[in-house]
Amino acid sequence: MALLQIAEPGESAAPHEHRLAVGIDLGTTNSLVATVRSGMSVVLNDMQGRPLLPSVVAYAADGSVEVGYGAEAKQSIDPKNTIISVKRFMGRGRHDIAHVETLPYDFVDAKGMVKLKTIAGIKSPVEISAEILKTVRNRAEASLGGELTGAVITVPAYFDDAQRQATKDAARLAGLNVLRLLNEPTAAAIAYGLDNAAEGIYAVFDLGGGTFDISILRLSKGVFEVMATGGDSALGGDDFDHRIFCWIIEQANLTPLSPQDARLLQMRAREAKEQLSQHGRVPITVKLGSGEYVDLTLTTEVFTEITRTLVQKTLAPTKKALRDAGLTVDEVRGVVMVGGSTRMPQIQHAVAELFKQEPLNNLDPEKVVALGAAIQANLLAGNRAAGDDWLLLDVIPLSLGLETMGGLVEKVIPRNSTIPIARAQDFTTFKDGQTAMSIQVVQGERELVSDCRSLARFELRGIPPMVAGAARIRVTFQVDADGLLSVTAREQTSGREARIEVKPAYGLSDDEIAGMLKDSFSHASDDAFRRALREAQVESQRLIEATQSALADAGDLLSVLERAHIDAAMTKLQTVMIGDDRRAIDEAMQALSAATNEFAARRMNQSVQRALSGRNVDQISL
Amino acid sequence: MTTFDLNFAADHFTLFGLPRAQSLDLESLENSFRAVQAKVHPDKHAHAGDADRRLAMQWATRVNEAFQTLKSPGKRARYLLSLLGHDPQIESNTAMPAEFLMSQMELREAVIEARAAADEDALDAVRLRLLNEIKVEYQRLAELIDVAKDFAAAANLVRQLMFQEKLLNEIDDALEAVTA
Repeated sequence: MALLQIAEPGESAAPHEHRLAVGIDLGTTNSLVATVRSGMSVVLNDMQGRPLLPSVVAYAADGSVEVGYGAEAKQSIDPKNTIISVKRFMGRGRHDIAHVETLPYDFVDAKGMVKLKTIAGIKSPVEISAEILKTVRNRAEASLGGELTGAVITVPAYFDDAQRQATKDAARLAGLNVLRLLNEPTAAAIAYGLDNAAEGIYAVFDLGGGTFDISILRLSKGVFEVMATGGDSALGGDDFDHRIFCWIIEQANLTPLSPQDARLLQMRAREAKEQLSQHGRVPITVKLGSGEYVDLTLTTEVFTEITRTLVQKTLAPTKKALRDAGLTVDEVRGVVMVGGSTRMPQIQHAVAELFKQEPLNNLDPEKVVALGAAIQANLLAGNRAAGDDWLLLDVIPLSLGLETMGGLVEKVIPRNSTIPIARAQDFTTFKDGQTAMSIQVVQGERELVSDCRSLARFELRGIPPMVAGAARIRVTFQVDADGLLSVTAREQTSGREARIEVKPAYGLSDDEIAGMLKDSFSHASDDAFRRALREAQVESQRLIEATQSALADAGDLLSVLERAHIDAAMTKLQTVMIGDDRRAIDEAMQALSAATNEFAARRMNQSVQRALSGRNVDQISL
Repeated sequence: MTTFDLNFAADHFTLFGLPRAQSLDLESLENSFRAVQAKVHPDKHAHAGDADRRLAMQWATRVNEAFQTLKSPGKRARYLLSLLGHDPQIESNTAMPAEFLMSQMELREAVIEARAAADEDALDAVRLRLLNEIKVEYQRLAELIDVAKDFAAAANLVRQLMFQEKLLNEIDDALEAVTA
């Protein structure tokens, strides 16, 4: 018979069981995966010992897909079917994409998010990103020798709701259990802060291949508190490449270019940029498809000059974030540099000048995000060791609001609010007998709806007819710990409630995800079934473990009858989960969940009381 | 067993074990906030069952809301006055002293001018001036509520502060437009 195990809430009841969890940096240019092994966060290399996976996906006519270095090698041969920097298309319409005319792809302007027509069919950025994530997942499972419990996926802090939702959808499509979407600068701060036992105000300056983030954090006593964040989700190393690309075209008088030549020049431009971080001048030599040669020399001076405005574009959000945090540069203790693009000398100089101090470059700027994500994944998966009890408080990067009369925006949740957060706003009808109301949810900082991004538009119907102004419609915004929004609305004067829950327009519904999963398994429908069953079993096991751990910890909060009820529901789930009746497993899980609702509420109350007991108890006024 | 009943419906002060007062020890507030959030945050329940995770999100939301309200002296006063039965009626009562309105209009004109001239330094100067005014009023609020118990006067001041905080937002917007 098993001995009774005592475990703190959140700690594993079986201390020797190590759950496999990874942190994934899904980057514009490169992706990485890391895990915590023997207490150390390490990047998992591929079979050839390479840490990076180029975020490049190549589709072939036979439907086969290649990801990484192999795909990268094809980019100038078959640019149309070799997708680079897909992160820039996540949650974006065609009109949102910069330099769209210079891109070699056949875009299809689908509702909400753009799609790409490839030789293997029409692909959404979510599906293309899922290919990268599948490759990452396979690498991790091969390296760790087992199925992953879950993953933390990093996103730019300045990603809006549509871009976050698209990232989460891609992860689900790749078969990953997403423990958390984590902001890239916050991940970097975890890695840096824990490594250096840092205390005080730190700025994380993160310039990647396609995105720019600035986060201001306060690190103290095991708390990582984001005070403000800002950035530009369409500004990165790619744009510096593009400036060089345009410069080459201008200098060499090239027009028009074939897609192959264009991609070739882009590659040369990127190489030149990278070399300029080490050398003062670099030669650019390209043989074009026509046999014509381009032979130029790019100097640091010229490069600095043609990218001056891009550097400026990083400084404005930085100043804004400082203002939002209510701080001056003198209060910032250190500036942590993250992202390969911070290697550019002009970025280093600009940051040093603004903050009046040399930036911190002691961590590999390309790996730090994945390393931090792995540390958080390890914690969230329940592999908690002594001392691992830091708390991470992040914020929402952009304000959320509603359209009001005249196309104006009413802000409901201001940017830089700590998440999770909920806010309610009351509305009323403006016509007698009005029974429906249209609600538009937007994200952004501008006063006009047309200048913000529309996340969702929905109709609230079934409002009882009343005189104008009598109805009371309460719209509630809830942003969860992933930074994802859900909206509910209800009419509350009458007893009748009209209630609606919306997911923003770009998010995929569960049915759509299921459909895509089915498509990807169309040659092996049996696999899809087994997979779904396996997932339900894993989920059941997790729920049982969590319940047992809670009972061991706080069983005294239950009456004998309540305890018997939970035990019965647990036994039932244990019985059915061995079988292959997916529906019965789901039902038993729901029953156990329902049986433990009240228990969960009492435990939470108790743990809050314990948190405060011993401190100021005498001051509590009742 | 428990000495007090702390639950989801407790008021913000009770939630953090603080006395109901406008003057507040920020460090105590932050320590309590962190201690409670460390228990309820969704990250601490990521591996638990559905019921726990849902509850964690609700609690963490509740705790964040309470912290943000108590941290800001303006919001704290507004909340405390409501608790004490003296709702400042921000939406319905818009009466302000003429003198106050005049000084606010002056400031607003300075902001509009500086914005039109893209004068970052001028905006910073107005911002600083306003911040200092607000700081003085925060102190007065604590005196009115905690010492004089003049809740009607405090409610008037809260309404003025709402006005000033709105202007501060406008200055930030202007700074953003000018520096972008």
